[in-house]
Amino acid sequence: MNTEEQTFPIVIVGHVDHGKSTLIGRLLYDTGSLQPDKFSEIQKSSESLGRNLEFAFVMDCLEEERSRGITIDTTQTFFKTSKRRYVIIDAPGHREFLKNMITGTSQAEAALLIIDAVEGIRDQTRRHAYLLGMLGLRQVCVLLNKIDLVHYSEEKFAELKDETIDFLNRLNIFPKFILPISAIHGDNVAIHSEKTPWYKGPTVLEALDTFEELKVEEKPLRFPIQDVYLMDGKKILVGRVEAGKIAIGDSLFLLPVKKKVVVKQIEKFLEKVERAFYEESIGICLKGKHRVERGHILVGDLCSLISDELRANLFWMDPTHYQIGESLLFRCVTQEVPCRIKRIFKKFDPALMELIEEDSRTIGGAEVADVLISLEKEVVVDPFNDIPEMGRFVLERNGRPVAGGIINQ
Amino acid sequence: MDHLTRLENKSIYIIREAYYRFKNIAMLWSVGKDSTTLLWLCRKAFFGKIPFPIIHIDTSYKFPEMYRFRDERVKEWNLKLIIGQNEEKLAEGMRPGRGSKLDCCNELKTNALKKVIKKYGLKAILLGIRRDEHGIRAKERYFSPRDSQFKWDYENQPAELWDQYQSMVEEEEHFRIHPILHFTELDVWNYVKREGLPIVPLYFSKNGKRFRSIGCVPCCSPIDSNAQTIDEIIEEIRTTKTSERSGRAQDKENIYTMQKLRALGYM
Repeated sequence: MNTEEQTFPIVIVGHVDHGKSTLIGRLLYDTGSLQPDKFSEIQKSSESLGRNLEFAFVMDCLEEERSRGITIDTTQTFFKTSKRRYVIIDAPGHREFLKNMITGTSQAEAALLIIDAVEGIRDQTRRHAYLLGMLGLRQVCVLLNKIDLVHYSEEKFAELKDETIDFLNRLNIFPKFILPISAIHGDNVAIHSEKTPWYKGPTVLEALDTFEELKVEEKPLRFPIQDVYLMDGKKILVGRVEAGKIAIGDSLFLLPVKKKVVVKQIEKFLEKVERAFYEESIGICLKGKHRVERGHILVGDLCSLISDELRANLFWMDPTHYQIGESLLFRCVTQEVPCRIKRIFKKFDPALMELIEEDSRTIGGAEVADVLISLEKEVVVDPFNDIPEMGRFVLERNGRPVAGGIINQ
Repeated sequence: MDHLTRLENKSIYIIREAYYRFKNIAMLWSVGKDSTTLLWLCRKAFFGKIPFPIIHIDTSYKFPEMYRFRDERVKEWNLKLIIGQNEEKLAEGMRPGRGSKLDCCNELKTNALKKVIKKYGLKAILLGIRRDEHGIRAKERYFSPRDSQFKWDYENQPAELWDQYQSMVEEEEHFRIHPILHFTELDVWNYVKREGLPIVPLYFSKNGKRFRSIGCVPCCSPIDSNAQTIDEIIEEIRTTKTSERSGRAQDKENIYTMQKLRALGYM
């Protein structure tokens, strides 16, 4: 497979109106990724609303998004540089669409944080940056946009750059580059701008090409059982390898019961396989008879945390508050267990970067909190930094995801 | 893991997740390249024995090649096929070219699907739509709830992260599940090639024309092309400057027709 077909997912985040969608439109236009019929559609639509050409309409294609001039939902599009293909994920900047921003960001491997050079760091800049850190996105570039509106001033850029670095470092984010750009005019997007001769760094396109693909590391096996199929008298445990690898003959533990089992066969349609690796969706047959169900986890070691109480960091996405004691569903890989939040030690507003309350009784929209979760039965988790797939979870209320969380210890 | 294998494994995970959640589920098959890819992935997910029915919404205006291809695969792959039609509207004379495209698509496709969903009490249907096909589809979730009127509440979609998909809907609602949302047109063709999948011959060039996207005969125009093999199609798509659905009439009537159709429950 040639590398041209690989797609690298990046998300663009930042405060409302700082220019996320415009930048994406510009990137597509400048890389020749905007098809002529799509371009004329945007021209027509901009004209019908009495505006100049709106690059943002490439991504904002809902009628409401165009007439209101905002991005409502996250969206994805593809474009190509000479190095590789990208999926760009646009994330809405409004606070009310935070769940859409998180949906987009959770699928990315790197982020561009865009900041309006006139307005500087604002509420959603802070909130988004905080969430990038929490979701484990370490590859970040900052784009100081609308540099034309500050007359391409080197002083203004330097001042904002220092402020941005200072703020991001406090969140453990160390941006690779900070760029002065104008998305609307294309300065330093695809080509180096003559209007910023003092800037010696890369363009947006060059900066993108420096992001590295995440390496698959050697890790102990985690194979959560997704479902159990009975086929031609065979009991097949299906699931996806979330960490490590698995091979015929491997001696493993079935968690949470810690029962020893041996892999008899690995099943794939029309393929004969002896082993399977990270991210592979496979079927497994075990030697002997065992009671196995969805949510059980096959592992090679006994290092996971098995507990019915978890300390975690949460971000709340739903507009309706949580009241302590209310019932939720904990979902981590294929595990689904009813739970309640027992204690809220600390609550934090990332938009203001300040502590809201200690020992609280509620969590509200867009807040983050340090909590203790009490589960109806034992679950298996690992620290997020060791095995991200096993260290992150979603909380559901009445079947709808309302919060996400990270296991730290 | 290479790119196509990664896409495939993600799709299989989603298909299995959908089947775990909803036993009264079915797959929608238009017989085109995308849903044929999805069908193949379903076969992989269930080791060749798909445990749910496959729905073909038949407007009765499809190409003869499509009907032939459908019937061959049903036999070869041992599929449980459900054919859905809006017989009432067909009897009343609804057809492409009479009234607006929006009305015709809505009656002969969306409402035909509504009838099937109701008749079989389906809680979820698998569909082969992709993000890169259309700006509106780029905003879709993998698990996308639809209300009792089949409306898509695109302003208030559920959060979707870390492969945890919304698990429940109200009594009258159902899910649209999109396991190949992350494939591009190019990915689909590369995958068709790698897997050696059979494909409707309309996609290949005849007399300098081929179809890039197929549907009902009166609403699809072929593009100029000499691509007679999958390799030539891949090369053509790699270098084209035209969008995939440029031959599809319903996208052209009005720039928001697709959004309106989808809000009414269109695929």
